[in-house]
Amino acid sequence: MTPVLELRDLTVDIPTRHGTLRPVDAVSWSIDAGEILGVVGESGAGKSMTGNAVIGLLDSPAHISGGEVLLEGERIDHYTLPQMRRIRGKRIGMVFQDPLTSLNPLLTVGEQLEETILRHLDVSNAEARKRAIQGLDEVGIPSAKNRMDAYPHEFSGGMRQRVVIALALCAEPTLLIADEPTTALDVSVQAQITALLKRLCRERGMAAMLVTHDMGVIAETADRVAVMYAGRLAEIGPVSQIVGQPRHPYTDGLMASTPAASAGQARLRQIPGAMPRLGRLPTGCAFHPRCPKAEDKCRVDPGPKVGEADDRAACWFPIEAKESAA
Amino acid sequence: MSNIVSVKNLTRVFDVSKPWLNRLIERLPKRMLTAVSDVSFDIPERTTYALVGESGSGKSTIGKMVVDLLTPSEGSVEIEGINLRETRDAATIDRIRSDIQMIFQDPFASLNPRWRVRDIITEPVAARGGKTDGLAEKLLEQVGLSAEDAVKYPHQFSGGQRQRLCVARALASEPKLIVCDEPTSALDVSVQAQVLNLMSDLKDEHGLTYLFISHDLTVVRHMADTIGVLYLGRLVEEAAPDDLFTRPAHPYTAMLIDAAPRLDAFGREVEPPEGEIPDPIDPPKGCAFHPRCPLATDVCKVDRPALERHGLGRVACHHAGQIRLKGAA
Repeated sequence: MTPVLELRDLTVDIPTRHGTLRPVDAVSWSIDAGEILGVVGESGAGKSMTGNAVIGLLDSPAHISGGEVLLEGERIDHYTLPQMRRIRGKRIGMVFQDPLTSLNPLLTVGEQLEETILRHLDVSNAEARKRAIQGLDEVGIPSAKNRMDAYPHEFSGGMRQRVVIALALCAEPTLLIADEPTTALDVSVQAQITALLKRLCRERGMAAMLVTHDMGVIAETADRVAVMYAGRLAEIGPVSQIVGQPRHPYTDGLMASTPAASAGQARLRQIPGAMPRLGRLPTGCAFHPRCPKAEDKCRVDPGPKVGEADDRAACWFPIEAKESAA
Repeated sequence: MSNIVSVKNLTRVFDVSKPWLNRLIERLPKRMLTAVSDVSFDIPERTTYALVGESGSGKSTIGKMVVDLLTPSEGSVEIEGINLRETRDAATIDRIRSDIQMIFQDPFASLNPRWRVRDIITEPVAARGGKTDGLAEKLLEQVGLSAEDAVKYPHQFSGGQRQRLCVARALASEPKLIVCDEPTSALDVSVQAQVLNLMSDLKDEHGLTYLFISHDLTVVRHMADTIGVLYLGRLVEEAAPDDLFTRPAHPYTAMLIDAAPRLDAFGREVEPPEGEIPDPIDPPKGCAFHPRCPLATDVCKVDRPALERHGLGRVACHHAGQIRLKGAA
């Protein structure tokens, strides 16, 4: 079966006066229909940049400088703006972090939904309205029919994010890219939104790429997890293995520094230092200055790609199962 | 052990009416938002008291009233037994004020970008005319930065390092109480661990007391000695972390704990909590949580429960202790 989204060595470059920065460096993964791929990493790891590269929303001067993006087997990374416009919204839906800024404050939510439906689907106005109400209903907005004529500011934060999800889904895309969809929301509303995303992916057989820095959200929502560090893929695998038996020392540190994982301990385990800036990446593996297992090889050789030294982690010395359990 | 902070019946009402001319023309009544209502708690010396709640629960408003940035509408805040609002003795006020410091959420907004780190850190002391020789350098090393950083500007630091600068500044006047308003919410998880560890170490070294305000239950569980849960401006439950997380007595606390994402719950299928925080301008009658509460009965719709002793903590619920966690581990 062709995966819904496949990235092959996707690379993004930003040329600057002080040299070229590489926020996304040879990232490869695929997402199957009905699957949720969680993408985690600290700020600056390149996770949002990867999502934006897929739908062609990179801000100039950032551009895709290498690799391929395949949507259902079709290469889309070199598409022109008009070609991309037919794909955005129709085949790839987007949900951003801040629901208020992703809605037009001057149009009612009904108008925004109908506009999107009419643009992408060949239906009558009446049919579009019917589908818009259905869409709002599906994401759990009570009395959807009456809420069609409300403006975005009349909704609460959680309800607004539901509207954004309805908007992303109304043209029935095969892929949903959700960039920190619950970060701006309270914990009880966050639980509602993640449950909603999970249900929709399952019912529609839609593939989703869920970008977040919250390990808890990933653990509960994603089927597989990709961990990014300094623009590169550090580790990818099924969620239970990534959380339970991390192989890359960075994933291991990330898991251990989450307070929930160490409830009852006096101190949290911490990763020393901070993520390096893109302009000042260390030689060798980008993680080696913070890595407890780093050896000379790590300081010289660039880190291996996933599959080279280990089938899951991009690391010369991956953690063996029994080590991380100890 | 004496209480360093004693908050009694604290209430704060904000006037959120439209301008008077609009009210006159549109014949609108005044609108009042009760952000904090009748909150009482004590913080013993050298402990961490955490306030948790969702947005709009009044946790930051309480923090601001404790450090005297906001005037309470009713009730009082006593620091070391002294109410700053009623004391007239300038020397006492000055002494108490220098015992309180604050750490804010956003380390990008809370540091003056035009000041050097040395000036930022020593300001709480310099403003009172104290000696600042070598103070910045000493504090920088205590928070894990280097003495040479004193001549740099804030933009030369990362988010986690900036929050360390804020911690250093808060320590400068050798305070007894530090009010931390979401100190790690803007940080990545690995950096958050560094800052939380630093704060725990400093607490032991300097004998500090923290009022820790956060929406993140996992962080609070890790840091606090006592947790107060707020809902719509009222304290609904107060307990020690382990009791609160294993046997929450208030249905709202149980809902929060169930809703919090867990690392060990792959593909967990729990019914998410229903509803959202109601409008604080027009809160529900009776217990403010009753429209969302699985245990609500008729009495909850009429009668607001008082905060009463329950086990080792305090709970405001007619059905205290009857709730069970869904994902009981």
